[in-house]
Amino acid sequence: MNLQPATLQSIDEVITHYPADQKRSATLPLLHLIQEDIGYLPPETCEWVATKLGLQPINVLEVITFYPMFRQKPIGRRHIKVCRTLSCALVGGYKTCEQFEKEFNTHRGDISPDGEVTIDFVECLASCGTAPVVLIDDDLHEKVDCAKAKQLSDQIKAEAKKR
Amino acid sequence: MAAPAQRRIIFQHIDEPGYSNDLACYVRNGGYEVLKKSVTRPPAELIDEVKKSGLRGRGGAGFPCGVKWGLVDRKSGKPIYLIVNADESEPGTFKDRYIMHQDPHQLIEGTMISCFANNVKQAYIYIRGEMPHGARILEKAIAEARAAGFVGKNILGTTYSCDIFVHRGAGAYICGEETGLIESLEGKRANPRIKPPYFPAVLGLYQCPTIVNNVETLCHVKYIVEHGGDAYTKVGTPNNTGTRIFCVSGHVQRPGYYEFEAGKITLGQLLYEVCGGPLPGRTFKAVIPGGSSAKILRFGERFKGKRKVGAEMVDYDWGVEDVPMDFDSLGMIGTMGGSGGVIVMDDTVNMVEALANINAFYSHESCGQCTPCREGSLWMKKITTRMVHGQARNEDAALLKSVADQIPGRTICAFGEACSWPTQSFIAKFGDEFKQYPETKKTAKPAGAHELV
Amino acid sequence: MIAPPKPDLVTVNIDGKEIAVPKGTNVIEAARLVNVDVPHYCYHPKLTIVGNCRMCLIEMGLPAVDPATKAPIIDPATGKQKINWIPRPQIGCGTNVSPGLHVKTTSPMVKEAREGVMEFLLINHPLDCPICDQAGECKLQEQSTGYGRGYSRFIEQKNVKPKRTQLGPRVTLDDERCILCSRCIRFSKEVAKDDVLGFVDRGSYSTLTCFPGKQLANNYSLNTVDICPVGALTSTDFRFKMRVWFLKQTNSIDPESSVGANTVVWSREGQIYRVTPRRNDEVNDTWMADSGRELFKAVNAPDRLATTASIDTLVAQAAALFKANSTPGAIAVVGSGRSSVEEQFLTKQLAAALNATASTHLVSRVGQGDKLLISADRNPNVRGALVTGLISALPSQKLTALAAAIDAGKIKVVVSVGEDLAAVGLTAAQLAKVSFVYLGTHVNPTSAAAQVVLPTLSVFEKNGTFINQQFRLQKFAKAVPGPSGATDDLIVLAKLVTAASARLSSAPLAAIPSDLGSLWKLLAAEVPVLGPITYANLPETGLLLDATPFVALPFVEGETLHFKPVAPAVAVTV
Ligand SMILES: Cc1cc2nc3c(=O)[nH]c(=O)nc-3n(C[C@H](O)[C@H](O)[C@H](O)COP(=O)(O)O)c2cc1C
Ligand code: SF4
Ligand code: SF4
Ligand code: FES
Ligand code: FES
Repeated sequence: MNLQPATLQSIDEVITHYPADQKRSATLPLLHLIQEDIGYLPPETCEWVATKLGLQPINVLEVITFYPMFRQKPIGRRHIKVCRTLSCALVGGYKTCEQFEKEFNTHRGDISPDGEVTIDFVECLASCGTAPVVLIDDDLHEKVDCAKAKQLSDQIKAEAKKR
Repeated sequence: MAAPAQRRIIFQHIDEPGYSNDLACYVRNGGYEVLKKSVTRPPAELIDEVKKSGLRGRGGAGFPCGVKWGLVDRKSGKPIYLIVNADESEPGTFKDRYIMHQDPHQLIEGTMISCFANNVKQAYIYIRGEMPHGARILEKAIAEARAAGFVGKNILGTTYSCDIFVHRGAGAYICGEETGLIESLEGKRANPRIKPPYFPAVLGLYQCPTIVNNVETLCHVKYIVEHGGDAYTKVGTPNNTGTRIFCVSGHVQRPGYYEFEAGKITLGQLLYEVCGGPLPGRTFKAVIPGGSSAKILRFGERFKGKRKVGAEMVDYDWGVEDVPMDFDSLGMIGTMGGSGGVIVMDDTVNMVEALANINAFYSHESCGQCTPCREGSLWMKKITTRMVHGQARNEDAALLKSVADQIPGRTICAFGEACSWPTQSFIAKFGDEFKQYPETKKTAKPAGAHELV
Repeated sequence: MIAPPKPDLVTVNIDGKEIAVPKGTNVIEAARLVNVDVPHYCYHPKLTIVGNCRMCLIEMGLPAVDPATKAPIIDPATGKQKINWIPRPQIGCGTNVSPGLHVKTTSPMVKEAREGVMEFLLINHPLDCPICDQAGECKLQEQSTGYGRGYSRFIEQKNVKPKRTQLGPRVTLDDERCILCSRCIRFSKEVAKDDVLGFVDRGSYSTLTCFPGKQLANNYSLNTVDICPVGALTSTDFRFKMRVWFLKQTNSIDPESSVGANTVVWSREGQIYRVTPRRNDEVNDTWMADSGRELFKAVNAPDRLATTASIDTLVAQAAALFKANSTPGAIAVVGSGRSSVEEQFLTKQLAAALNATASTHLVSRVGQGDKLLISADRNPNVRGALVTGLISALPSQKLTALAAAIDAGKIKVVVSVGEDLAAVGLTAAQLAKVSFVYLGTHVNPTSAAAQVVLPTLSVFEKNGTFINQQFRLQKFAKAVPGPSGATDDLIVLAKLVTAASARLSSAPLAAIPSDLGSLWKLLAAEVPVLGPITYANLPETGLLLDATPFVALPFVEGETLHFKPVAPAVAVTV
């Protein structure tokens, strides 16, 4: 597993948050750290985390597949998560999602042809008062109607051009 | 009757211009003074204040906080843990988010007071994975508080030590259920545990006694300890003390969060006056008053019965608009105050489609352990999705109801209720709309209607 | 015999029947005691309780007491203490008895709950019973007749999951049939300590999986097949070979080691199809090793010994050898730790009749214990040889004393009960110096060199008892007839004893019986610890014998399930 030194350091630190005989608790934190570093959880993650925490690899796989935020495959450079749940849908969440799909010529769950984004529907993001909401990587965007979706897409495309 | 003014005790500083989430700002505004006083008082006294206050949990169930603390096994000799439930995932609920992002020290102070009162040496804040900034803000705030001696070893020069760590979830609603949360914090799939025997107060985190409280609940604790349990009971109404934060979303003019004394405002006042009423040209059709699991109310229906006012029993005859927003009144009319998430739907909404949206949520979020919830939630989703996108049948309403009836009361955790109540109540209140749906589908959607599933 | 301690009892009422059950019993087990069946899938008496299938829902109530005074509240209608019934059903598996607990298992609430769960379990189930290997043993099929709706209201698409995955060398998985009870996962983790199984994905899409790159290959893997309540896990070996309802079941004992796991042998028309564990809470719970399930294959092995000669002719040949070597001490007997108690008793008689008591030997077989159900002593019945007095000290792996006696020219004839002497330290030269009478089931160098070969039966073909490491006397029964040309060991031994006695000038022994009934009368008379026991009255789960006379012996076993050595086991090098 090819992790950056800073990640390895964070991993060792986060393990100390839990009692010495309860290292298993660090499973989710470790998976987050690895995913932040590599972008997804490559197949060797299970064995690596299991060894680190004194578990069996299946224990880790069971966890990875339970939590939707963990992914076992690479995604586009940006992750666009559109809230699908009722309050957002009531004010146009589905249209917002379609707008993003159109902008990047892709479908939910796929990497866009330009490799720039992966668009997903997610469940309620606890910001229903400013629906529809969209989480792009770590940042929450509120009241994302089609116009704002287009604007956000343009921004992403502009940043991509600069690279 | 005009709506009362907001009473912001938890959200006092939310959205306040110039208020920042750092320690200096918090201390400038009187922060950590309550903790300083608390550590000089006997812990039992603090628990007593909370008991006297009548504080009910703000996570959803409304369980009395003092009673919960009273159930903690203090004789086992095992360490006692406190977990802050910051999973905020119940659709329609968005209050803890703002506390954590804008006023994290309020939560940390409330947490430390609660830990001191319960002799907790280690607390965890379990924050949902989709709030990465929230997690970072909390981590920074804890670090600041630790450096200032409010958290960690020998706080405020006392012999008392207690640390707090932030633990991130990863996108599973069931982590809000307290025993699912505990499993998740232990590094496992968030499968809720059977109770008995695994009551958190006795066999919680690492099989040790554990207190799980919602973010907002712990902020109330800070207020209670500051002002006294008796003073707190003067806020709100009897048995529904303190304030409630209502998170209003959906089809109103001014969605958002509003803090009122519990039971002092009616649903009508909240929706028409505070939130500005329906969108132009529309009328309210239905409202879910306490998070998506709460049973739906239909505008136009009436609720009659007797209720206790003071020592007397009086008749009530309420329309949806007249219902006071508190745990007991909402319970009386067959729904619940839950997490305070008020979801409003106007006349553009088709109830089959709204239910299909909710069912998709629950089938996606069922942990899958118990048969009725696992299979029932997916079946209900498949039926309602088929109704919308495939063939709808007249008999689907009866089938849906019968499937939903086979779930609640038979599962490991309250998700069984949460996933079946929407279907049960939608069919009970809007049964005709379900029966007519095969016909409705053939006609054009009302202008302004959105796709829901 | 040693009586178990009396447990603390609690009186409960199940469907109107009162019964006293030990504290800590759950409702499913308490109901079983009054012959009330509470259907269940995820609960297994030997695994942790997770309460996930929700099939065992029952209605439950507790005696009403005044909250203030704690005085019982009496129902004026019945004059009995009122019962507060809980308005929602509770799980029987996760509910332990408490004094006065009342349970209803047939009320409308319970019936409705069960029907609901059954329907839910079936909507995503393939319903391919006619081609399913579990048919006849499927708990889902069993319950669906009782609680199923009989028609399907489910018109949606069923979930699609992997079919026929090979989980390991012996176990096949059909995920579409899996009802996610997690028994197999808990077994692997908790009992086999081989945590390789788990669920991936969530909700109704949860799927049982073995970690990619690993296999369910441990020596206990087939227990998952036994406990899978449906046909999701099947034995690759047994798959589709035979419908279980055609098979006869015979109780037996796993002869792999001194653990003595209780088993059932499944056979039809003289053919064994499989061996499965039989519950014994003091010995093997409900488990057995995979290796023990394979042993029956030796029954039909091509190297099985058989003869066309009559048994009497062969015994006469042996008698002639005995007669020709009548010098006291010229004959040695090598008994077996794999023989039954009864056979060992007769072996002892034979040694006495041959004047060979001083040169009676036993071969020890020592391996690595697995801490579960295979002990270090790979002989199932060394304790039997001690109790019957065939030996008085623990056996050794090499028969050096016998070798020395042969070298010294003292021994001329060796009677071997199933032991290959080449394998226990005798050189070719030593073997060449003596004549053999060999009793056994399979060909080996000793049988090949023997002057007289008496083909006998395997454990599956005869009745008998073993004494396991706990000094528990356990019986096994004949599942299938032996092959033609092989004779029951007891008959062979009895005939040899008679023949040997006749050779002696002293008064010949009274006719030695070869049937278990008469033999046990003799045994009981000669072996005091066996006192009142007979083969017929020995319980199916055995009886613990008094081990005091033998506590000082340095037995080789280490700790296994339900067994702790009295003294620390002596280190053995294998
Ligand atoms: C399915 C389900 C989801 C829940 N989600 C949350 C949640 O997101 N946040 C929360 O605080 N409580 C949630 N709860 C309630 C918790 O189980 C628990 O009652 C609460 O955290 C206790 O805190 P309180 O007494 O302070 O309210 C949920 C309960 C259930 C059954
Ligand atoms: S009710 Fe649903 S969410 Fe709760 S334990 Fe059962 S399957 Fe899981
Ligand atoms: S394979 Fe069988 S034992 Fe394992 S979880 Fe599925 S149904 Fe249960
Ligand atoms: S429904 Fe979209 S944030 Fe809550
Ligand atoms: S047997 Fe499965 S819940 Fe009790």
